Amino acid sequence: MPLSSTVAANAGAPRRVRPLARRLQRGDQIAHLITLIFAATIFIVTALLFYELYTGALLTRQKFGWSFLSGTTWDPVALEFGALPFIYGTLVTSALALIIGVPLGVGAAIFLAELAPLGVSDGLAFIIELLAAVPSVIYGLLAIFTLVPFLRDYVAPLLQSTLGFLPLFQGQSYGVSLLAGGSILAIMVLPFIISISREVLLAVPREQREASLALGATQWETTWNVVVPYAKAGIIGSIFLALARALGETMAVTMVIGNDPRINLSVFAPGYSIAAAIANEFSEATGDMHISALIELGFVLFCITIAVNAVARLLILTTTRKSGAT
Amino acid sequence: MNSPRTRRRMTNIVMFAITGACTLGAVSVLFFILGYLLWQGGHALNLDFFTKLPAPVGETGGGFANAILGSAKLLVLASLIGIPIGFLGGVYLAEFGGTTPAFVVRYTTDLLNGVPSIVMGIFAYRIVVVTMGHFSTLAGGIALGVMMIPIAVRSTEEFLRAVPNTLREGALALGATKWRAVATVVIPAALPGIITGILLALARVAGETAPLLFTAFGNLFWSPGWNQPTASLPDTIFKYAIAPYEDWHQQAWAAGLVLLTLVLVVNIAARFILRRQRRDLRG
Repeated sequence: MPLSSTVAANAGAPRRVRPLARRLQRGDQIAHLITLIFAATIFIVTALLFYELYTGALLTRQKFGWSFLSGTTWDPVALEFGALPFIYGTLVTSALALIIGVPLGVGAAIFLAELAPLGVSDGLAFIIELLAAVPSVIYGLLAIFTLVPFLRDYVAPLLQSTLGFLPLFQGQSYGVSLLAGGSILAIMVLPFIISISREVLLAVPREQREASLALGATQWETTWNVVVPYAKAGIIGSIFLALARALGETMAVTMVIGNDPRINLSVFAPGYSIAAAIANEFSEATGDMHISALIELGFVLFCITIAVNAVARLLILTTTRKSGAT
Repeated sequence: MNSPRTRRRMTNIVMFAITGACTLGAVSVLFFILGYLLWQGGHALNLDFFTKLPAPVGETGGGFANAILGSAKLLVLASLIGIPIGFLGGVYLAEFGGTTPAFVVRYTTDLLNGVPSIVMGIFAYRIVVVTMGHFSTLAGGIALGVMMIPIAVRSTEEFLRAVPNTLREGALALGATKWRAVATVVIPAALPGIITGILLALARVAGETAPLLFTAFGNLFWSPGWNQPTASLPDTIFKYAIAPYEDWHQQAWAAGLVLLTLVLVVNIAARFILRRQRRDLRG
């Protein structure tokens, strides 16, 4: 219906058709320009973000250089800033998240893609996608009051009695720990691993499964030896995406990791992550040097997550391309 | 010769049972969260929660009225930034973008989407808090607004692309110029999807805490105007949860229940609408 006005305008004035067309053509250019300006804003904001992080960390970059990354002392009073304990905490919690989350996530994705009827699978996937929408502070809230006591009272004693000879599982357990941070992250990244892996598995061509089944393989053998290898790059991509999420996750980890800027080998010991350090110290930071150190932490985190995200996208892209071509 | 065959059959059953257990575990997390919040927060939730200011330490009672209003104000600001840039950026990518500029914009959008929320807080701190000299609602709103952009761009682009080309061609064949066709035919066709996508983006930033910690900062009282620090629901949950008072924990549960309910309702409704929209456009 809105179209009719254009048609009427064009039909009603045959002699003015050309100038009108030209004017409307100009409208095209204006519309193009307006949307381009807004699209360019996105680029400018991203560039500004990078610039602000880079210049905001100028003070510490000049004073510490690369040794900022390898320093182990974090002492705002003595103006001594080394980021290694935070980098360590971030890497350990993210690694724990993947160790716990990947088998669970890929397992669930296999079930949803290969065994569950499509209707059931869609319904369950819907619920799992809702998990991704739960705010991180709510995960943190629940973790403080349920996960932390559970780990302290049941999981830690169990691990100590069975695997206690490893330095990883030694020492007193207070609940708030690297393990608590890693566990809550594992739960938080599950929906990402499951929904992307499920989609990648569903995209595997039917013929692949049929050929394998026709050769006499059981359904599990088909899944494990044919379908999963076919979708491997995409599944790994989903894991990298989960890793990027885990590295940058702030609130839930801040609430359960214990906030202790020391490097402890035991997963029962409290630790500290990059994001948690920024969250806790930024608003109370004293002096430009401290702020600068925290911004540099943010810059490090930014660079790591960007790199991990890029790898993830590349991997997911290659799989979907592949199955799209066949 | 029976044993390898039974073993293979057993493996088949056992492995699929394990994957089923994984699924059950993942799905039950949502019900655990919801149930636990209802159990803990349900009885702390009353009218005072929605109408009163937080009580001073040591006193019981009080509510989160300022945090609820603060969250609403932050979301208004976030929408003012996130929706125009996200929507028009998405229109550019779907309808007007050439190859190189569109690639650059799409790439930076992805990049922006991957920026950890706490880093977005640092960004807003640098450009707003440092410039103004103090924490403010404005700074928090800008941080959330920037976070909305990539989500809004993506959903806008996705739904515009899902509009069949025949609609565009029909409009052009009737003599409409490109922008007329886009504005009066393509965008209206995709509008329900675009709006729901933007609602999802709002629901996502409504639960963000990290970018608000040192931008909106938090406040125990009302925050008049846009220039002062403000409380918000997620930020108050965080502060009350890590405080050592039992009474505060109760209120954190109640606030958590309110926030989660809001987020889930928007998400469930949006996903139903999106599903129908996708079907309509393809069907």
